[in-house]
Amino acid sequence: MKAKFKLSLFALVAVGALSACGQQAAAAAYNIKTGDSYELKINKSLDFSKVKVGLICLHDTNSTYDKNFIDSMEEARAALGLTKEQVLIRTGIGEDNTCYDACAEMVNAGCNVIFADSFGHEDYMIQAARQFPNVQFHHATGTKAHTEKLANYHNGFASIYEGRYLAGVVAGLKLKDMKEKDANVASKVGYIGAFTYAEVISGYTAWYLGVKSIVNDVTMDVTFTGSWYDETAEKNGALKLREKGAVLISQHADSLGAPTACEQNGIPNVSYNGSTEESAPKTYLVNSRINWAPYFVKMVESVSGGEAMGYDITGNRNDGSVLISDLGKKASTAETADYVNNVKKKLADGSLKVFDTSKFTVTITQPSGKEGDFGVNTAAKVDANGHLTSYMADVDTDANYTPDTEVVANGEFQESKFRSAPYFDVKIDGINLLDTQF
Amino acid sequence: MLAKKMKKNDIKRDPFIHLTRLPDPKARHYWFSKLISVVIALLICALITNAMAPGSFGDFFKYLGLGTFSSSLQTLRVFQDTAILLLIALALTPAFKMKFWNIGAEGQVLIGALGATIAMKFLAGTMPNALLIFVCLALSILFSIIWAVIPAIFKAFFNTNETLFTLMMNYLASGLVAYFVFVWVPNGSAVLGVINPNTHDGWLPKLFGQDYLINIITVVIITVLIFVYLKYSKHGYELTVVGESQNTARYVGINVKKTIIRTLILSGAVCGLVGFLLVNGTSHTLNADLVSGRGFTGILVAWLGHFNPFEMIFTAFLVAFVTLGGSYAGDIFRFGTAYSKVLIGIFFFVFIASEFFLRYKMNFSTEVQAFFKKIGDFFAKIFGPIGRFFKKIFTPVGRFFKKIFAPVGRFFKKLFKKKDSPKEEPVSKEE
Repeated sequence: MKAKFKLSLFALVAVGALSACGQQAAAAAYNIKTGDSYELKINKSLDFSKVKVGLICLHDTNSTYDKNFIDSMEEARAALGLTKEQVLIRTGIGEDNTCYDACAEMVNAGCNVIFADSFGHEDYMIQAARQFPNVQFHHATGTKAHTEKLANYHNGFASIYEGRYLAGVVAGLKLKDMKEKDANVASKVGYIGAFTYAEVISGYTAWYLGVKSIVNDVTMDVTFTGSWYDETAEKNGALKLREKGAVLISQHADSLGAPTACEQNGIPNVSYNGSTEESAPKTYLVNSRINWAPYFVKMVESVSGGEAMGYDITGNRNDGSVLISDLGKKASTAETADYVNNVKKKLADGSLKVFDTSKFTVTITQPSGKEGDFGVNTAAKVDANGHLTSYMADVDTDANYTPDTEVVANGEFQESKFRSAPYFDVKIDGINLLDTQF
Repeated sequence: MLAKKMKKNDIKRDPFIHLTRLPDPKARHYWFSKLISVVIALLICALITNAMAPGSFGDFFKYLGLGTFSSSLQTLRVFQDTAILLLIALALTPAFKMKFWNIGAEGQVLIGALGATIAMKFLAGTMPNALLIFVCLALSILFSIIWAVIPAIFKAFFNTNETLFTLMMNYLASGLVAYFVFVWVPNGSAVLGVINPNTHDGWLPKLFGQDYLINIITVVIITVLIFVYLKYSKHGYELTVVGESQNTARYVGINVKKTIIRTLILSGAVCGLVGFLLVNGTSHTLNADLVSGRGFTGILVAWLGHFNPFEMIFTAFLVAFVTLGGSYAGDIFRFGTAYSKVLIGIFFFVFIASEFFLRYKMNFSTEVQAFFKKIGDFFAKIFGPIGRFFKKIFTPVGRFFKKIFAPVGRFFKKLFKKKDSPKEEPVSKEE
């Protein structure tokens, strides 16, 4: 503590002395080290020379989401000692039949394991898995493996809500700091989502709960773009949120639209799946990401005589699949790193749970009987205080989103337990959806 | 400078460059030039690849081959892509020969695909599979004919601009398809997914256990039919005449309106067949991007094939080959999907250039010719002495070899002269 105190004292002195470049000097003095370190565990006894991997990406490296997969794949490739020829990376594959075509081409080229990264690829991956039973197919964010029950089709995801929660804590500390400096700052944050999928809802709720753990009276507006990558829509979303009074913004969409809009308007921003510090140095706070390298290593091992993989594989913070980055150099506040590292410990030992039902309340609205009104949270049951006691989630995907599995137990919404992809789609109090057409 | 000088003596016009049409090249010259174009285009592609990923000159050719003919499945895929592209080009050909610039194949195919999808999605299970496939085919052809005939009617009766009309019909088609997919898939992901994935209702059967084979065979048959139709049928003759001159057509008693509409019905029907093959025989699904620009690439294929169905096979094959091989190479070089499109662009560029040089002679103005001569003289000045030097060295060497080998040569000459049969000579003279 003493050392930390000295550090911040030094920061104060530095700010005073070098007013011109004060901010930089001050930032350099903070501890920004919250970045997780991890080690790729590789079973060296296996022979990887016969492996050929195919990676299918929706967009290319301009999208933070796809870049994350590509970087992880190259990292795993280097660690496994595979040649470039053993890993085919195909970008720009739409969520249509081109995905199946790409699979077929990769199988024809001798791939024995193929991974696709976007939600809409799933049907085509299943089609390919049926067509080519000798090839293993893996799909990120998909939901159907445990119901399709194909031996060669797997869904992969990670407990990213923990990463989102940590990023939310960083945002909360920033918000608290802003409020302390200026009493007029509202307790309101904003979030840009792509679609109203459970994956997005789970993400923004976890992030919101992270913020709320610091600033209890915070509320959040959420707007949707209807696309995973739409720079203009994401930029406009950020501006819309600012108009509605949000003072801090995060997003679950893949372009640089929101971060750059935030940078131009001086709004602190939390990004996802990659640092946006380069394009938004003044406002970048932190990012959380899924690190797919451990998954890719397991995937390659499974086709090289290693352990076979089940229908659903959920990476977690222990195996290095869920990471949080270092803090932004300029926008973050002192003491943040210590606080976050402390929260990390609590998450690791289980004393803190992200979707702890005592930490949020839920309001149930029954359908009014009008056409198109299906009510809100009708699958939930709450106690007198509004805390969740039961929730039937749609774990087994069907066209009508029929709730089928009880997911609340031990005072916690058990996310990613019954399948790897998120199914948390509760609309909790404090989060206001500006539009829901997607 | 040149322009100024030209203005001064404008009595004697001497443009910088003017083109004169050459007579049509002989078939073997033509094919030789195509071959050379392929080689040049490949070399340029390899050089560009090498510039982006140093040291990959050889790998480029390796991956181009591996991505296309490394397995029987992939080989079939090359022919399947060739077939679809060829069929689209074939659909356009009758209209183009009639000088009806139908650039709406993209939309005509897509709307046919919509027809096939509707039948496949809503009639599955209500009838035997063979009948369902037939209904899909009928509906897709009907939809496409409607889409192609609307601009034809407007052209025939109101003389509207068919290029703009058909182009705009493309956007209508893709909008309609997007609308229906949105209505059918209420969750907003706008992914229709595979239709009848378990029952395979409406799917074209596999032939000899192979996907796509039925598509390829269909296209082979259609190619022959279209060739015959264009070359030997009365209809084919009539549409050529309408294309050459509508007045002549009227003079000889051809009903121009009827010919236009009839030809576009044919064009639409073939487009409908493409849509049917894409949905029932290939993708088993529908989205607004199903045709993915092949409706436009087909235009180039038809033109570069000079509207000859058999010649179009060559171009269509090349496009399929470069696309598939190029995307495989791009996967390994980490270039992304745009890479194979760059390669295709280079190929078309070189092809069109070769067409140009084969059919036109470039005549430069006297000034430019003088300039070229100067350059030539300059090089002669530099290389002349070198040449003379080499000549000095090698002439004695040559003489020496001549001295040695001349007797040997004479010996062989004698040997072969005796064996030559004298009877053959007059025959060749007659020819």
